[in-house]
Amino acid sequence: MMGVPLLIKQSDQMAEETHGQQKRSLSGLEVKPVYTPDDLVNSDFVRDLGQPGEYPFTRGPYPNMYLGRLWTRRQIAGFGTAQATNKRYRFLLDHGQNGISTDFDHPTLTGYDSDHDLAEGEVGRLGVAIDSVRDMDDLFFNIPLDEVSVSLTINHPAIVLMGMFLSVADKRRVDWKSLRGTVQNDSLKEFHGQKTFALGPRPSLKLTTDIVEFCTNYVPNWYTISISGYHIRESGSDAIQELAFTIAQGMAYVESALERGLSVDSFAPRLSFFFGCHNDVFEEVAKFRAARRMWARIMKERYKAQKPESMRLRFHTQTLGSTLMRQDPQNNIARGTLQALAAVLGGTQSLHVSGFDEAFDIPSEEAMRMSLATQLILSHESGVTNTVDPMAGSYFMESMTNDIEEAAWEYISKLEAMGEGKYPLKSGILHAIDTGYIELEIARSAYEYQLKIESGNQVVVGLNQYQSETNQKLELFEFDPEEEKWQKDRLTEVRDGRSSADVQSALSSLRQAAQNDKNLMPSVIKAVGAMATEGEILDTMRDVYGEYVDPGVF
Amino acid sequence: MTQQTNIKVLLAKLGLDGHDRGIKVIARAMRDSGMEVVYMGMRVTPDQVAQTALQEDVDVVGISILSGAHMRLIPRLTKALEERQINDDTLLIVGGTIPEDDVEQLHELGVHGIFPVGSFTTSMTEFITENISRGRSAPQA
Repeated sequence: MMGVPLLIKQSDQMAEETHGQQKRSLSGLEVKPVYTPDDLVNSDFVRDLGQPGEYPFTRGPYPNMYLGRLWTRRQIAGFGTAQATNKRYRFLLDHGQNGISTDFDHPTLTGYDSDHDLAEGEVGRLGVAIDSVRDMDDLFFNIPLDEVSVSLTINHPAIVLMGMFLSVADKRRVDWKSLRGTVQNDSLKEFHGQKTFALGPRPSLKLTTDIVEFCTNYVPNWYTISISGYHIRESGSDAIQELAFTIAQGMAYVESALERGLSVDSFAPRLSFFFGCHNDVFEEVAKFRAARRMWARIMKERYKAQKPESMRLRFHTQTLGSTLMRQDPQNNIARGTLQALAAVLGGTQSLHVSGFDEAFDIPSEEAMRMSLATQLILSHESGVTNTVDPMAGSYFMESMTNDIEEAAWEYISKLEAMGEGKYPLKSGILHAIDTGYIELEIARSAYEYQLKIESGNQVVVGLNQYQSETNQKLELFEFDPEEEKWQKDRLTEVRDGRSSADVQSALSSLRQAAQNDKNLMPSVIKAVGAMATEGEILDTMRDVYGEYVDPGVF
Repeated sequence: MTQQTNIKVLLAKLGLDGHDRGIKVIARAMRDSGMEVVYMGMRVTPDQVAQTALQEDVDVVGISILSGAHMRLIPRLTKALEERQINDDTLLIVGGTIPEDDVEQLHELGVHGIFPVGSFTTSMTEFITENISRGRSAPQA
């Protein structure tokens, strides 16, 4: 190792030449002017990296990664009525998309029907409005459910939407075993990320676990939870917090399923993850690689998984809407490209590139076409898919991966210390939600980041520096206000056309199942079959479990 | 650095919109600039906001909407403030994804300050301080 001292000398010199100016990653991790083998003296290739597709999966969940199959281009979409969204799906499928991801409107996400007072102005506005199984059927009109993988981006009311989806599959005589797709079903993050809760932390965690249990038995190829850091990040967390809280929540779900009596290898292979991706390219790649290594070790060492499939973390990535600026919106195409590149270098399994016009409204068709093109250019022109885990072995990348993992563990240990008993992460996270700890940690980061932008310490091109004179007007998405009225009429029609005795009886069995702490999936499927609406089903649950009110902490 | 300004602000999110990153950042910035902040949290109705504004005797009402529902919800809020006869001495500011095309109409409805996403917190606190001190110190005609 004759060369090492020389390298170190260079490194010291560099530090001097940079006048001791300390560079930091976006999350505040120290970044040195230059890295050498000395930074990795405690690392071990076999132990810490291994081969792609092998434990601890740092280098990727599969041996051949994109050489075997490119990531799924999955642009989320949803607005207006089911029919309107169905048209967008078919547009996307015609323009190079190969998976579907559904965005629901706020009333659907929070478990209210379109005619509820709180829903005013939000019906079909930021997602598609779904009130009954009829809407669900229209949403997937002419889309073969056993061929196209579908992601249902819904959380607390997930059990209802999943019930509707299974009902539609029944109607079309599609075997549940052939359904491939994902339900987000990540209830815990709703209390500090996204904030579209419908129930309190404990009942919503129970429903999440109901879905895991039911699908493990009857819908075996379905991904039962998409453990989501994305919303935590959009809420203002840094990359360390995103990584830590997401992994910790994943552990809470595993513990909740174990407590239910499921064996770890029966359900763990069907858990997947969902992360955001910011502009700091290397920190993001490190985050993804660290996430895989952490999850593998946690599943094997702590939860005693035996199957490799239970240990390998697979994830979807969405580039961050909160990084998109109104000023010079075309600049957002560059940001989306950087973030998408980081996601691909980090080994993502599927990708959504946010539309460059999303600081104004939900994306236009043109913006979505550009997002898909970004993905296709990365796939076919950049060459980054030609070899697996191209960043491995970089002194800097491996150091960053170690550093972000270590920082994330500090948070996870804190959360664990808040818990107790056999399942400390489950009880720890519930405690951390009750006290507002997680929400306040994220709010602190969001505020600090904003202050950095306002003071100019964090440059945002076009916003606080390099402002341009031209103010270009974009062709934005145009929302049709008639859609809300149409949806409400539809809902009335559904209510008028069904047997209210059947609905009442289905809802009262659901109530009984909830009171007796049964798995609610079977009674929900019965209720949606009787044309009970989403709001009616959630009202029944709110009645049994109580309403959750935002604590309003900041 | 922080000085007590005696300005009392009521912040809230109307409707079902879950995007509360911005309003929490603003709440902190206002608190740090010396204002007293009451944050009602999410999912409140226009009536609840107006009622709380009356009871808490606030100087400013700040609403954040990123759901696109502002043109439906803000008229309900201004009406609720009028009904309680507190619209004249309450500074009303709205932030979020507000398209330029809606700005004029919102002003006509009685919104004093509009702060689209990307606005600096200092622009808001300065706007409040200027308008409140001017309004409050002005001799009564």
